[in-house]
Formats: sequence, structure tokens, C-alpha cells
Amino acid sequence: MVKVTVNVNGVDHTREVEPRTLLVHFLRDDLGLTGTHWGCDTSNCGACVVLMDGEPAKSCTVLAATAAGHEIRTVEGLEVDGVLDPIQRGFTEEHGLQCGFCTAGMMLTGRALLDSVDDPTSLTDEEIRDAISGQICRCTGYATIVRSIRWAAEHANAKEELPA
Amino acid sequence: MQVPAPFEYERAESVDHALQLLAQLGPEARILAGGYSLLPMMKLRLATPKWVVDIDPLAAELGYVEEDGDAIRIGAMTRHRDLLDSELLAERAPIFRDAEREIADPVVRNRGTIGGALCQADPSEDLSAVCTAVGAEIVIRSLDGERALHMEDFYVGPYRTAVADDEMVVEIRVPLHDRTSSAYEKVNRRVGDWAVAAAGAALTIEDGAIADAAVALVAVGSEVTSTAAREALIGRPPTEEVFEGAAAAGAAACTPISDQRGSAEYKRHAAGVLAARALSRAAERIATGVAW
Repeated sequence: MVKVTVNVNGVDHTREVEPRTLLVHFLRDDLGLTGTHWGCDTSNCGACVVLMDGEPAKSCTVLAATAAGHEIRTVEGLEVDGVLDPIQRGFTEEHGLQCGFCTAGMMLTGRALLDSVDDPTSLTDEEIRDAISGQICRCTGYATIVRSIRWAAEHANAKEELPA
Repeated sequence: MQVPAPFEYERAESVDHALQLLAQLGPEARILAGGYSLLPMMKLRLATPKWVVDIDPLAAELGYVEEDGDAIRIGAMTRHRDLLDSELLAERAPIFRDAEREIADPVVRNRGTIGGALCQADPSEDLSAVCTAVGAEIVIRSLDGERALHMEDFYVGPYRTAVADDEMVVEIRVPLHDRTSSAYEKVNRRVGDWAVAAAGAALTIEDGAIADAAVALVAVGSEVTSTAAREALIGRPPTEEVFEGAAAAGAAACTPISDQRGSAEYKRHAAGVLAARALSRAAERIATGVAW
């Protein structure tokens, strides 16, 4: 066993885990953060994408022990103090999900993309499509996912409180 | 659920620390860099190291792309994404950007490293062919010192390299020459997949003739560098006819196998077409002085 402290959504979590524990299972099973989905196990599908120091990473192919020392952000970290992130609003406004399995990863990659440029409104559809090209939506809802990320790009200050 | 078999974990805080761990732990230890080659191998039980030495903390120490006199030095932990984004590489060794655009996907490229890719020594791996074509030296370090190998000596066979148990790759040196350029061409079944076939090429053209050349064919059972292709290029003028002849000679000398990615016949044909295209693009880049 190895003792790891991983910062997830701004909070340090310390657990004793087997060295072979993958980040996706650490998040879901040890921390109970099941918003990160566990898909293909082979770093192909992107359902398990989380942000490591602000950049998308496939958490099925990262050891929990490696994640120690990095800041991890999961879908649970998008909403802050009851206020949805614009990327979450975008997926609502533009019907960016059907079954929802790829949604957490898609939203995090979208968030990272918007944060990587000075002017998100300048992003082209091609750039958005390239950014999500490592993630699979098996409902094939790519057009609405692209529109959802674009909505967030154009509404950077959109805030919506969660219903009480 | 795919998880690796149990192993013991060590975390290296410096290159020297990693080398000490390797010397101490012996042949049952493997280095974990970005993880996108080794962890999938471990999930499949194709790799079952007793010890994993995680060098993730060395990402800053070994993550750089720098011009240094007559070479570009690339740290072994440089991530695919940084190779793709490097303007220096795009200008002086454009084959890197060509290849990186086709390697896996943007999320995988955020973590995977050049050192990890080379040490995986997958015969379908793109950067091995890139480093071969440009004549890169792979710098390998142990507690006893450093040595540098060209890909012909670094690559021992599928999934096997010359890196000893107590050594690690620390840097890749890409020599810079005038009137030289390079290109990479790849066919895959879908975006981000391994190559059905691919070809990397580098050319030096002096006084209207090909002064130096290298062709590396990928996933088709070729030599590390194609001797037949090189012999058909050196001293000849850089024309489409010469490129097609050299590419055909290289394709004829390779030994692809039929599998789910395509028939041997198709792969051989594709390798020839791609090699000719790569040579042609490299020559065009030299002629126009524009990398891409």
C-alpha cells in the first residue's frame, strides 16, 4: 500500500491505496466522486477525462500515486457555491447530451479549451472539434456538443444558481 | 476491469534519484513516464514489473525543446503536445509536427512523452521513425555516465531497446544541417489510431543533387532505415521519378504482415506511396524555404 494525497477540486484527500490504483478508480471508489465515468479502460474513449493542472488527462491511464502533486479537477468541481459553470449551462442550453456518459469528460475538455485562449469567442468549430477528438460520444451528438462549448465561449459570464 | 498486476511503487525526485533506484532495484524495475504506453501494457499483463519508478516529478527537469548550436535538444519527458506546438521543431525539423498531428489524440498527447514512446519501441510507433529519419541521437544515462546511440543501435527489435536495466533515456539530440528538411506521411484506419503504414523521410540537397537521405518505414517490417531507398537517392537529382524509384525500392525490401489493419500487399503499396510523398514534401520544403 502507498499513502497518497491528491488535491481534488481544491481539497486534499489522503488515502492508503494499492500502487496499481488508477486515478479513475481512486476518484470513484475511494472518494465517491462518481461524476467521472469509467469507460473503455484503454485510453481511447475519454469518458474518464479529468483536468490535471488544468489540462485534460484520461484518468484510466494515470496512477492515483502519480496524481499526487497535481491539482485534479473533476466534473463535481465545475459548479461552485451552487452556481453552474458556463460550460454546464451551455450543455443545457444546446442539448449537449443524450445518454450523458461522455458528458463529464466533454465538459472538462471544453472548460480547458476555453481557459487556454485569451478570447474564447475566436475559437473555430474546427478547433473545438479537434480538442474533443480524443473523446467518443456514442450517441453521436457531436454537433450539439460543439454548439454547447461554443455557447459557453460566448457566455463567459453566464451564471445560474442551482434550484434550491 | 483492466488494472495492472500488483507492483511496488517508487517516485523519483531527480534524474540521479531515478538512476539510483534503477541501480538498486535491478531488472524487475520499469520507468513510468507519461504512462500511455507502459500502463496499457501492464493492464494487458504484457508487462509485469515488480517495481515501477515514477518519473512524473521530472517533467520540468526533462521537459524542453532547445536549439543548442548545431542540434536541437529535446528532454526525454517532453510531452507530445509540446513537440506539436514547438515552433523551433516546425521550422527546423518539420517532420515532428507532421507526425505529432497524427499521434493518438490531444488528450493523450498532453501526457505521453517522447522518451516513453521511444523506449516502448513499438514497431508501429511514429516518433521512432521520425528520430530515425532525422538521424537523432538518443542520450542514455546511468550512474556511470552517458552514451548516445542512433536509432539503428537504440532499437533492438519490437519492444526491445539497447537501454540497460540501470539506464534511462534523458535526451534526444536532433542534428541540424543546412539545405535539409523532412516530412512524415501516415495512413491509419481512423483518427488517432496506429499506422497501417507510415513513412518518414529526410533529405539534404546540395548543388541540385541529393547529398544525404534517410527513409524510415513504419509498421511494415522494414529495417530501421531503408538501405535500398537511401541507395536509390544519394547523388541523384531530387525529382519525382527518383523519389518514386527510391520509395518503390524501400517498399520492395520491407516485410509487412497481413492483419486486421490490412493485407501485406496493401501495406507494402501504401508504404511506397507514403515514402514518395514524404520525400517529395521534404524536397519542396527545402526548395521553398518554408517548413510547412
